[in-house]
Amino acid sequence: MSEQITSAPRDAQWREELRKKYTAKERTAIARVKMPELDPAYRVTCNEEVNQGLNAEQAVVEASRCMDCPDPQCMKGCPVSINIPGFIKNIERGDFHAAAVVLKETSALPAVCGRVCPQEKQCESKCLYHKMKKEPVAIGYLERFAADTERESGNTAVPAMAEPKNVKVAVVGSGPAGLSFAGDMAKRGYDVTVFEALHEIGGVLKYGIPEFRLPNAVVEVEIDGLRNMGVKFEKDCIVGKTLSYDNLHEMGFKGVFVASGAGLPRFMNIPGENLNGVMSSNEYLTRVNLMGAGRPDWDTPVLRGKRVAVIGGGNTAMDSVRTARRMGAEVAMIVYRRSEDEMPARVEEVKHAKEEGVEFMTLHNPIEYRADENGRVNMMVVQQMELGEPDESGRRSPVAIEGAIKEIPVDLVIVSVGVSPNPLIPNAIPELEVSRRGTIVINEETMQSSLGDLYAGGDIVRGGATVILAMGDGRRAAAAMAEALEK
Amino acid sequence: MNKIVEKEHFSEKVVKLVVEAPLIARSRRPGHFVIVRTGEHGERIPLTIADADIEKGTITLVVQAVGDSSSKICELNAGEYLTDVVGPLGQATHIANVGTVVCCGGGVGVAPLLPIIKAMKQAGNRVISVLAARTKDLIILEDQVREYSDEVIIMTDDGSYGTKGLVTNGIESVIQRETVNQVVTIGPAIMMKFVALLTKKYEIPTVCSLNTIMVDGTGMCGACRITVDGKTKFVCIDGPEFDAHKVNFDEMLMRLRSYN
Repeated sequence: MSEQITSAPRDAQWREELRKKYTAKERTAIARVKMPELDPAYRVTCNEEVNQGLNAEQAVVEASRCMDCPDPQCMKGCPVSINIPGFIKNIERGDFHAAAVVLKETSALPAVCGRVCPQEKQCESKCLYHKMKKEPVAIGYLERFAADTERESGNTAVPAMAEPKNVKVAVVGSGPAGLSFAGDMAKRGYDVTVFEALHEIGGVLKYGIPEFRLPNAVVEVEIDGLRNMGVKFEKDCIVGKTLSYDNLHEMGFKGVFVASGAGLPRFMNIPGENLNGVMSSNEYLTRVNLMGAGRPDWDTPVLRGKRVAVIGGGNTAMDSVRTARRMGAEVAMIVYRRSEDEMPARVEEVKHAKEEGVEFMTLHNPIEYRADENGRVNMMVVQQMELGEPDESGRRSPVAIEGAIKEIPVDLVIVSVGVSPNPLIPNAIPELEVSRRGTIVINEETMQSSLGDLYAGGDIVRGGATVILAMGDGRRAAAAMAEALEK
Repeated sequence: MNKIVEKEHFSEKVVKLVVEAPLIARSRRPGHFVIVRTGEHGERIPLTIADADIEKGTITLVVQAVGDSSSKICELNAGEYLTDVVGPLGQATHIANVGTVVCCGGGVGVAPLLPIIKAMKQAGNRVISVLAARTKDLIILEDQVREYSDEVIIMTDDGSYGTKGLVTNGIESVIQRETVNQVVTIGPAIMMKFVALLTKKYEIPTVCSLNTIMVDGTGMCGACRITVDGKTKFVCIDGPEFDAHKVNFDEMLMRLRSYN
């Protein structure tokens, strides 16, 4: 994990000179850049990316805010320990390509992470500027800038590749954990094949996260980068069904990394949840993002609603409710049982949702759905809540206020209350150790499972986390598997 | 991309396709299904595997043109390709020697029933097959069913072939004359509902195989959820076969109309 080799060491002469260019006072006097965004009234009419990205001038100014700390705390907030000052200082000196090279030393998908990482809870939360009661350096915006600039230049950095080892390794799932593992193993000279169950490569980056937050074209370029490194992709192939674990051995794979994701949507088991017009966020987002529902000439249908309720307060709930607005909902509301302070969604997502006219019905919990004579949902019964004592998650737990029940007309309900691990792989490999929650049990250092040659990471291990944590798992698993195979 | 190597019309709207899918042919068991997509903008739809040939590396699908996507598939000819075929999905049928098994299929439901009839016979059961359709032209795979059945009863709504009446009349005639240890039913949801009601009356264990709306087919979306014994189940990973006496068919019928 701790590969400290970097193309931008802090004691490089250019960095020393750059530090002297401005005084601390000059740097801290600059206000944090504002991300240029599409106008809310326009963006709800289309799927275009809301955040427009910084231009070069904005990026260089923002990069000059970074103090290039001797002991950069931001890196400790990053699950993959990106050399953050290293890439930012390259931006400041105008060498955007070198900035991208620094990012690629640790991150397989910088253009993705720059868009979807919760920087406010990670790198940016540790920034020195907080001590000065100022807004942190916009690390996420800069990461995206460096990755986008490199991609748009057409001159993409191919990382240094080791000599081919002619050792085959298999990856199950092509989401962030699988892609990150694949990239790291390819760099080490392994012959990598990624097996994907769906007909598109990218996993949650394609079926889950909407285009207005992460354009598919951005993901596609990252995947092409891996292809150029020799990674092979097999779609429509389900390990555990199409191919068994034993088949992989017969095919000569010496190691398997399982990153099959958190498959199963959770429901609340309340009356009326199986009515027509009540669906999981996975179903709704998959229909729209992966299957093209709602676009002309695409075959997959999706139910539309005038009054749409999305149940939950996470990023997936925000993605769903904002998608509903774009699919023509006149009223799109978030129904969340705690208050806005406890919401797990990113601050930016909540802000964007509000700008787009999404209503927030916090401290409410659905208890029943009712339908019209055709079985289509037309009413949501909600219980009003108040906050009680903190629960095991540390958040104040919601408690029902007796008798405070409301009926709210709705014609589409999207349930976004989390996912459970997909049981497909555990069911197919009975000797694999699995937790009570259904996640694959691993050694946290090495990501190795109870089966020696099988490693696992991402949501199949964590149950439900972020893109960057999944990528970190992929990196750790790659390092550990390579070490084991090279013994 | 999976090549169609053979196509046969069973009736105007029902076609049999033999499709190259060597890995699926090798790993599939009776009861399994695949998800098929036609065209880069196509929909993913579930189809039960009717047969497979490991040596040739092919699987057989029987498709009825009911909606846009199934019609598109039916229009494809031998030599053309299905864009995606993924599987085998679902839980395989539990095959055991239980004694006498009545296998009843309605319409294209006979296609996925055929491998079960075969396996039930090979497991040593006495197999009585009841095939039902609206009219003579819609009775499919009769010869293949006969090959593995001790007896075949044909029922048509209009009496144009076999006995005039519903599938339930055919099943009941068997139940009334001999001991039936198990019933397997595959067909339209409404047919399976009435088969379940009948066999519940006689307390005969009954397995049904359900075909619901699906997107991914791997448990991810939940579009296929139904209620079994009061609990929500996903047809794609918990099924497609369930205890027919515990399935809430009315809810399933309602959910099948989601997109109508």
